Amino acid sequence: MRTLLDTRLLPAIAVAAIVIVLPWFFPSAFYYRIGALVFIFALAVVGLNLLMGFAGQVSLGHAGFLGIGAYSVAIGPVYFGMPSWLSLFAGAVLSGLVAFLVGRPILRLKGHYLAVATLGFGLLVAIVLSNEAGWTGGPDGMSVPKLTLFSWSVRSADAWYWIAGTTFVGGFILALNLMQSPTGRSLQAIHDSEIASLVLGIDVASKKLTIFIISAMYASVAGSYLALFNGHVTPDVAGFLRSIELVAMVVLGGMGSIVGSLVGAIVLVVLPQVLTVFHEYEQALLGLIVMVFMIFLRRGIVPSLAAILQGWRK
Amino acid sequence: MAELLQFVFSGLTVGAIYALVALGFTLIYKASDIINFAQGEFVMLGGMMTVFGAQAGLPLPVAALLAVILTTAVGLALHRFAVAPARGATPVALIMITIGASIFLRGVAQIVFDKRFHSLPSLFGGDPIKFGGAAILPQSLVVLASATIIVVVLWLFIDRTMLGKAVIATAANRLAARLIGVDTRSIVDFSFAVSAAIGAIAGILITPIALTSYDAGTLLALKGFAAAMLGGIGSAPGAVVGGLLIGMIEAMSAGYFSSNYKDAVAFLIILVVLIFIPQGLFGRAKVERV
Amino acid sequence: MRTLRRVTVTAAIGLAVLLSAGQLASAQIKIGSVLSVTGPASFLGDPEKRTLEIYVEEINAKGGVNGQKLQLIVYDDGGSADNARTFATRLIEEDKIFAMVGGSTTGATMAMIPAFEEAKIPFISLAGAIQIVEPVRSWVFKTPHTDKMACEKIFADLKTRKLTTIAMISGTDAFGKSMRDQCVAVAPKAGITIAIEESYGPRDSDMTPQLTNIKNKAGVQAVVNPGFGQGPAIVTRNYRQLAITLPLYQSHGVASKQFIELAGPAAEGVRLPAAALLIADKLPANDPQKAVVVNYSKTYQQKTGQAVSTFGGHAYDGLMILVQAMQRAKSADKAKVRDEIEKTKGYIGTGGIVNMKPTDHMGLDLSAFHMLEIKGGDWTLVPGT
Repeated sequence: MRTLLDTRLLPAIAVAAIVIVLPWFFPSAFYYRIGALVFIFALAVVGLNLLMGFAGQVSLGHAGFLGIGAYSVAIGPVYFGMPSWLSLFAGAVLSGLVAFLVGRPILRLKGHYLAVATLGFGLLVAIVLSNEAGWTGGPDGMSVPKLTLFSWSVRSADAWYWIAGTTFVGGFILALNLMQSPTGRSLQAIHDSEIASLVLGIDVASKKLTIFIISAMYASVAGSYLALFNGHVTPDVAGFLRSIELVAMVVLGGMGSIVGSLVGAIVLVVLPQVLTVFHEYEQALLGLIVMVFMIFLRRGIVPSLAAILQGWRK
Repeated sequence: MAELLQFVFSGLTVGAIYALVALGFTLIYKASDIINFAQGEFVMLGGMMTVFGAQAGLPLPVAALLAVILTTAVGLALHRFAVAPARGATPVALIMITIGASIFLRGVAQIVFDKRFHSLPSLFGGDPIKFGGAAILPQSLVVLASATIIVVVLWLFIDRTMLGKAVIATAANRLAARLIGVDTRSIVDFSFAVSAAIGAIAGILITPIALTSYDAGTLLALKGFAAAMLGGIGSAPGAVVGGLLIGMIEAMSAGYFSSNYKDAVAFLIILVVLIFIPQGLFGRAKVERV
Repeated sequence: MRTLRRVTVTAAIGLAVLLSAGQLASAQIKIGSVLSVTGPASFLGDPEKRTLEIYVEEINAKGGVNGQKLQLIVYDDGGSADNARTFATRLIEEDKIFAMVGGSTTGATMAMIPAFEEAKIPFISLAGAIQIVEPVRSWVFKTPHTDKMACEKIFADLKTRKLTTIAMISGTDAFGKSMRDQCVAVAPKAGITIAIEESYGPRDSDMTPQLTNIKNKAGVQAVVNPGFGQGPAIVTRNYRQLAITLPLYQSHGVASKQFIELAGPAAEGVRLPAAALLIADKLPANDPQKAVVVNYSKTYQQKTGQAVSTFGGHAYDGLMILVQAMQRAKSADKAKVRDEIEKTKGYIGTGGIVNMKPTDHMGLDLSAFHMLEIKGGDWTLVPGT
């Protein structure tokens, strides 16, 4: 058991198994939709977790990249005649480029100062999306052409479940490998102590920038999926509240735990659906549940439960 | 010239509001290194409780006083029941708790109060003061003056009292502070209570200008947080200067550049300032120990 | 380990029970709704939700529709179009609703349209913008007047006052932006020149810089302010603060008594286009809408203790148009009910008299709007409108 747990592949196989087995329990297409949303958000959260949990850099503006990805697949096909899949890639490249340009100066900031700088970046994206109505349709948003792959028009929730699920497993494995790579190890060193890493000869600035770009591209792809899946996009996708939601998913699931990213996304996508039975109390309850989770599982759900399990075994 | 003066007046009005909200962030941060994202909800509670107290027939000053006391209790409760039990959690986890608290308080406010907008009467009436072809509401000056008074009181308190020194000691090194006999938990309790009171006072004073509703806190917290960071988090004069600067930038860019992009200009300037002065205008650099 | 498994199983069962709680009573006709009950558009969603609840209860007390009781299922999108889309799927797939009355904002409505079109479920939207019904979609209808009509009504009033050059200050929120676009589009045809345009954020607390620029612009004869929420109240206050004397026009977005309370004495003389609902008690006795609007505002005020807004009225109209169509169709067949909604003729609602056509899924004309002026802290009808 112990050796099996230690192998790198196990979590990936487990997650893939979840993606495949879960639909057997789905009573309707609505559950496919929720499942697809979970994997789409989990993808963005994995990226953000690389940045927050491993490199120790907070971003309160990550929805900005979600927005760039989402509007790429909306604007690309309509104004430039690019197929959706190409627009998705273009969006990811654009996000990476923006992350490169923005990241260079602001990643030098520390802690809360980095938080406010990224927050400002996210707001800038949202403001531009909302103001440039000629391109984006303004605050009411614009409709997004359906994704077409080899003359197959992807529209149903179950098709999106499989696409999002597969991509998530891919992103998950990529992230795990990244963490085991030399880059990943130096990132964790940066997380522990930036000064010490510098002394050890790690190029802190460029490592941080690399991970920022990667996490931006994860978010961008997730944003593109979200827009294609919904068929309509509004500037809310890049808003402050979305950024906070992504951070909440990371922290709730567990910073530095890739599996935690999935758990965090599950909790915050499913919870609002469950809480609807409480009608006007749903907001208050959501806040309360977030607080209770953070107080009692302060390292996040997955790391805290893992620690508890470890304790029981001894 | 008259138009420039009017833009300045607008900048002062909006800036004073941001400054008052930003001040609430400083004390909690000073004592505990926590950014309290529920600060905006303290502001909302101050305004909404006063409105509903007055509607229930209380005289306005009584309603206002009651609102400050109740909000202070909420602040205290936030620390006692949510932040203190999570002692030792990472800063991000603590921020998450305050975000949870802000969602919770907003959720409760929409049930206890309502979802409509409300206003309060100004302290010195609604007739504008005319000066050099421009006009400013007396309430704006009240907000500005209150921000100044709070800064002075905070400064006197922190520099001149034992309790204030204990706050600084707690901020600098919690373990060392406890070793020299400071009850650090009570100190942080106290900082939450005072920050909540500052928030409530802000809420009561700005409602005659900015109106209020159950969800007024989100944007105020956002702008207040940005102002506090621009000024250098933990510095009370910094919070006021940061708030006034953001207000002024917004007014000037709305007046001379584009009202569509005034918020964008403000955040762009914050970004640029932070890139060149990474600790904010009045902040002190933290040295990382290895 | 075993404890953990037990916890998981319990949680899973609990979740399943919670999710299916709404599905037990299935012998009823389910009316679905997704509204912005919280969030920035909650002053739309809140009265809409209350209205639907009040009237579904009333209809059921009278025996329901075609002998069947109605069951109302409301979800709160919190102002997010993405959430609205998810709840739309839930209404269709899980709750298996018969028809939909809702969508507080244009963004949410546009996001939900593909889902209902695909599922072939009648969808009556409560949002303003014209693109909801233009182009016409077979299953989608709407009850509120469009922004375009509000612009036309304001411009017509300007013309009678011989004012042709205006300034516009609009909110950057969805409502303000959408109405601004419509006004800009119809201005040339109405012979109106827009000399200067300004905007403000929906939560801004001071608009004097924008108004100063308007004040200093030569030739401006009147100011139009498309927007809703708190913005218009602050614009109106700042307008008086700067002692601007030009006529000020607000939009149908401020259509509730609350605007007068918030803007205070500054609201005197402000004009706006609005539905008959706001001046229920002032309508002449022979007005065809009199009975409906007096009745609705009395009921709403009695049950909620709050003043009526036209937003709640849109929900009333949506529900009644649907119910009457169901009664005419005499069956629980979605396609038949859809056809009957499209055939709605002479329905007298809070928003006006509705005459739908296959080419017009809103069915209101400019006569639905009255031009109001605020005098003595109350609405008054501008004569001849």
